Amino acid sequence: MNQANPLILGIESSCDETGVGLVRGIELLTNTVSSSMEEHVRFGGVIPEIASRAHLDAFVPTLEQALAEAGVALDDVDAIAVTSGPGLAGALMVGVSAAKALALATGKPLYAINHLVAHVGVGLLDASIAAAATAGELPENLGALLVSGGHTEILRVRNIAADVELLGATIDDAAGEAFDKVARLLGLAYPGGPAIDRLAREGDAKAIRFPRGLTVPKYMGTAEAPGPHRYDFSFSGLKTAVARCVEGYEARGEAVPVADVAASFQEAVLDVITAKAVLACRENHITTLLLGGGVAANSRLRQLAQQRCGAAGITLLVPRMSLCTDNGAMVAALGAQLVMNGVAPSDLAFAPDSSMPVGSISL
Amino acid sequence: MRILTIDTSAVASAALLSFDAADPAAPARVEAEFATADTRSHAEVLAPGVRSLFSDPAAQGPELDAIVVGVGPGPFTGLRSGIAMARTLAFAWKVPLHGLMSLEALAWDVLSLREAGQALPEGGDFVVATDARRREVYWARYSETGGLLKGPVVGPADTIRDVPVHGAGAGLYAAGLRANGCTVDDAAAGLQPTAVSLGHMAARKIQQGLELPGTAPLYLRESDAKVPGPRKRALL
Ligand SMILES: [Zn+2]
Repeated sequence: MNQANPLILGIESSCDETGVGLVRGIELLTNTVSSSMEEHVRFGGVIPEIASRAHLDAFVPTLEQALAEAGVALDDVDAIAVTSGPGLAGALMVGVSAAKALALATGKPLYAINHLVAHVGVGLLDASIAAAATAGELPENLGALLVSGGHTEILRVRNIAADVELLGATIDDAAGEAFDKVARLLGLAYPGGPAIDRLAREGDAKAIRFPRGLTVPKYMGTAEAPGPHRYDFSFSGLKTAVARCVEGYEARGEAVPVADVAASFQEAVLDVITAKAVLACRENHITTLLLGGGVAANSRLRQLAQQRCGAAGITLLVPRMSLCTDNGAMVAALGAQLVMNGVAPSDLAFAPDSSMPVGSISL
Repeated sequence: MRILTIDTSAVASAALLSFDAADPAAPARVEAEFATADTRSHAEVLAPGVRSLFSDPAAQGPELDAIVVGVGPGPFTGLRSGIAMARTLAFAWKVPLHGLMSLEALAWDVLSLREAGQALPEGGDFVVATDARRREVYWARYSETGGLLKGPVVGPADTIRDVPVHGAGAGLYAAGLRANGCTVDDAAAGLQPTAVSLGHMAARKIQQGLELPGTAPLYLRESDAKVPGPRKRALL
């Protein structure tokens, strides 16, 4: 095996994207994604069983396409990497079974990889980020803010292959999930993120003051004596507040000012997310913050994160969108780091773990 | 002819069988087999189990003549792990891939037991059934010679009447089935579909020149997803 510059095949199936990526060291060869998003539109959210069925049928065609695009044969691959969690249990199972089959069929080592850490590892593949760091390495004193339909986390990354720590996370809904639910309340299409982002540009973000979850002193505490949820998020109360607000207009027979509601809701989510991320950075000597997850596409999140990071002297890095959303290349990128750092491969008997903790980078 | 069979419709199982494809009377020989006892650990055990059938999977896999996978019915997540495994192995090894309805494995077992005089009654139509959870069974009805007459279907066991019922689905609802005029023979009331029996049935079909189906899973149930109705105004 080429340990210095390994060719890794990465497989992702933790939510509704079936991804297969090929990476050589830190060079992206291909990133093929098949999404079942369309099948979930009429339900207004990802339906795990539908996603799992779609993964099963998409996997081999996606693999075939990725190999063809990269001009690589299975035999050329040095190791296989697969998302083993966190994610939807039934969806993870498909990718994991397929990855085990590939490892078994080819005799190549298999790495069972943490999806959240892979969202950070993908930064290595992005030219703009590579330029901000020593070649082939992530920046020092690195943090990550991951925001998607499935997760909302702040991480500290001391060593992408060996030492990643969870600083904060949502205690209920993921931010993207809150966007979807509020979009539905407002009669907007799924996925809710882009729809609310668009509508919010026409609204007044200060029109309605929605609650900021887990921001009161009893949760926050102080830097010296942190409260129980200093860097954590909660969006379920906000969602209820938006529902009450919309129903209030309806009960009074007034038209719902949807643009103002969208803008005010979005501001409430992104205000807390960026404020807590920057706070976590300042208090943990993090000087570079990497943004990941599908909600990184949100224009207001980028703007607010840029402003607040800038004011605090933190460098904000945003990989290009195709690398921010769930994909196989990020799994391959992290797999390559594990191989390059001499981490032992996973045993073929590992089980996917739908709540795999961030501290567990591979199984 | 040498085939690898996989079935994860109930337990996780895999087997290597060889047989003379040209001679319908020649029995298939089981070269290696693997099966779990439980129905919930497919993701962990299946890959090591398949690997254990070979001394050098990467070299021997491409020499297989076919892979045959049980396509259910069975609990979805486990079922998919077997089909994902089979499809991916077939792709990687460039080996022909087929599916076979998983209850065919139980039909093979019943026919074998009858032949040995171990399952009663010895003649007539019979039904095989597995646990579909949610107080239902997956079942299919076969003729005395093993021809599929009806199914597979999913439903409560009490819709099955006046016929011998075999398999783990029969064992679970034995009292109710017996009350409905069915025979439940204890010797065959715990049977689960296995890759070995699936392989015997596949071999017999290949020997008879029959075309095996594809690997689309037989879910028989829709996903539980419901299109959301109008918003409930329960919050005020
Ligand atoms: Zn993700």
